[in-house]
Amino acid sequence: MNWILALPEIVLACIGMAILVFGVLRKQDETQLCTMFTIGGFLIAGLLVISGAGGSGYHGQFVADSFAAFNKILILIGGALTAVLALDWNRKEGIGRFEFPVLMLFATVGMMIMTSSSNLMTMYLGLELQSLALYVLAAFARDDVRSSEAGLKYFVLSSLASGLLLYGVSLVYGFSGTMDFNQLSAMLTAPSDASPGLIVGVVFVLVGLAFKVSAVPFHMWTPDVYEGAPTPVTVFFASAPKVAAMALLLRVMATPFGHLLVSWQSLIVIMAICSMVLGALAAIGQTNIKRLMAYSSIGHMGYALAGLAVGTSEGVRGVLVYMAIYAAMTIGTFGCILAMRRQGKSVEKISDLSGLSSNDPALALALAVFMFSLAGIPLMSGFFAKLYIFLAAVQGGLWTLAVVGVLTSVVGAFYYIRIIKVMYFDQPGEAFDPRPAGLSVVVAATGLFTAFFFLFPAPVVDAAQVAAKVIFR
Amino acid sequence: MMAVGIGHYLVVSAILLVLGIFGIFLNRKNVIVILMAIELILLAVNLNLVAFSAAQNDLAGQILAMLVLTVAAAEAAIGLAIVVVYFRNRGSIQVEDVNLMKG
Repeated sequence: MNWILALPEIVLACIGMAILVFGVLRKQDETQLCTMFTIGGFLIAGLLVISGAGGSGYHGQFVADSFAAFNKILILIGGALTAVLALDWNRKEGIGRFEFPVLMLFATVGMMIMTSSSNLMTMYLGLELQSLALYVLAAFARDDVRSSEAGLKYFVLSSLASGLLLYGVSLVYGFSGTMDFNQLSAMLTAPSDASPGLIVGVVFVLVGLAFKVSAVPFHMWTPDVYEGAPTPVTVFFASAPKVAAMALLLRVMATPFGHLLVSWQSLIVIMAICSMVLGALAAIGQTNIKRLMAYSSIGHMGYALAGLAVGTSEGVRGVLVYMAIYAAMTIGTFGCILAMRRQGKSVEKISDLSGLSSNDPALALALAVFMFSLAGIPLMSGFFAKLYIFLAAVQGGLWTLAVVGVLTSVVGAFYYIRIIKVMYFDQPGEAFDPRPAGLSVVVAATGLFTAFFFLFPAPVVDAAQVAAKVIFR
Repeated sequence: MMAVGIGHYLVVSAILLVLGIFGIFLNRKNVIVILMAIELILLAVNLNLVAFSAAQNDLAGQILAMLVLTVAAAEAAIGLAIVVVYFRNRGSIQVEDVNLMKG
């Protein structure tokens, strides 16, 4: 029974099409209702993922295992929180149209297929389903020149990345004769089994996926798209697609090409080091907080890649824990950024935050928690995320990665803590408009998770452990 | 007469891929040319897939080639739509005008 394995994706896709029909047929604006339906769809899909059967179906093209389940839950939570944040913001900006949650839903279906793919074909189709929806989302504010420029840039660079990935897929297929992950894994049991053509193909696939996780040197789209896209879209870009792309990168590198570790390890190490360094240095001079978060996300992807570079199940566990914590931190931070609105107009300069602690102490406290956590200050969740990665790196003998990681976190702490300084010690500016209730709930929930993760790390870490065992045995 | 082997297909496809990549990065004129370059890359991939598929007597490559054609059509539609939206706002689709955000 193949379809039982893919039930969450099938149900979610059907719900998406139903919402689309509903939204088109109703004469009046039904954005709120459609958003609620979308969040309901995410909930149903999440329950189906948790209760769903495991195994491999569709002639080995699709696999439902605990690794896929872990990432799918993360993606669904990220999508649901973003939908809550987007509803109010979009309406205030005059782009509250019902297509927004539907596009998010289809992108989410694509991401779930990505995490479940067990064949290069499924991988490509999942990736494209995600990307096609994201292109439209980036350009969603269609009367705003910056949003359409962000959409154009994202479209060009991301389709180039898809093209390179696909070229890699064709080379891997040509030089091995199969696209199935398990058959590839069985065929390539030693580094000497891989022909030069196949290695070139693997490198192309790696480049394509590095674009999607925005690892240096394939990061150039990130700052522009983060800055130009409407902020709820940026929240989405920073959370769910990052989780999905990282999950896909882990699976592709570990399952079919896991025995070729020595061939790709040095590439991942270089990308991780470059991302960590660029993320730490380039963010220092930024004045736009969305652009700053873009460089911050490049840096964080560097830390996550460091876990993959180790090539052990501890490393993968570190990456999964990192992505879970990172998704919570980044959604919370962007929640605070979405609250930055004066007299109905959203503002996004770091200086606009000055004196926030006297105008809105709760929001300032939440943002301070997220900044401390992103910087990796102990007892915040971000510290534990980095701890698991560095532990795995040291155990795997990659001392360089661990040392560079610690140094760049120190440098990166500078710009995170500068934001806290601006909020707490600068002259108060004009107060922000009242926060919508949904935003407060999301920020509070992610803030509590971030601040008190150290009390209850077991559920996330254990689930990540089980998931990691699936792909690196 | 020289027989056309898999190597020849690979060379043609590699040339198309390089043309496509150069078309994106060296092109300073028009965004539409970039869309064409993206299509060129996908066609290079398709050529590769079909050649490998024929050489190995395995249908998977041709199936993927069909799927790539479909996705390329969807991608071109969305790309053109974004270009239209961009043109409405900016009044130009020159590549050097796509510079509101530096980077």
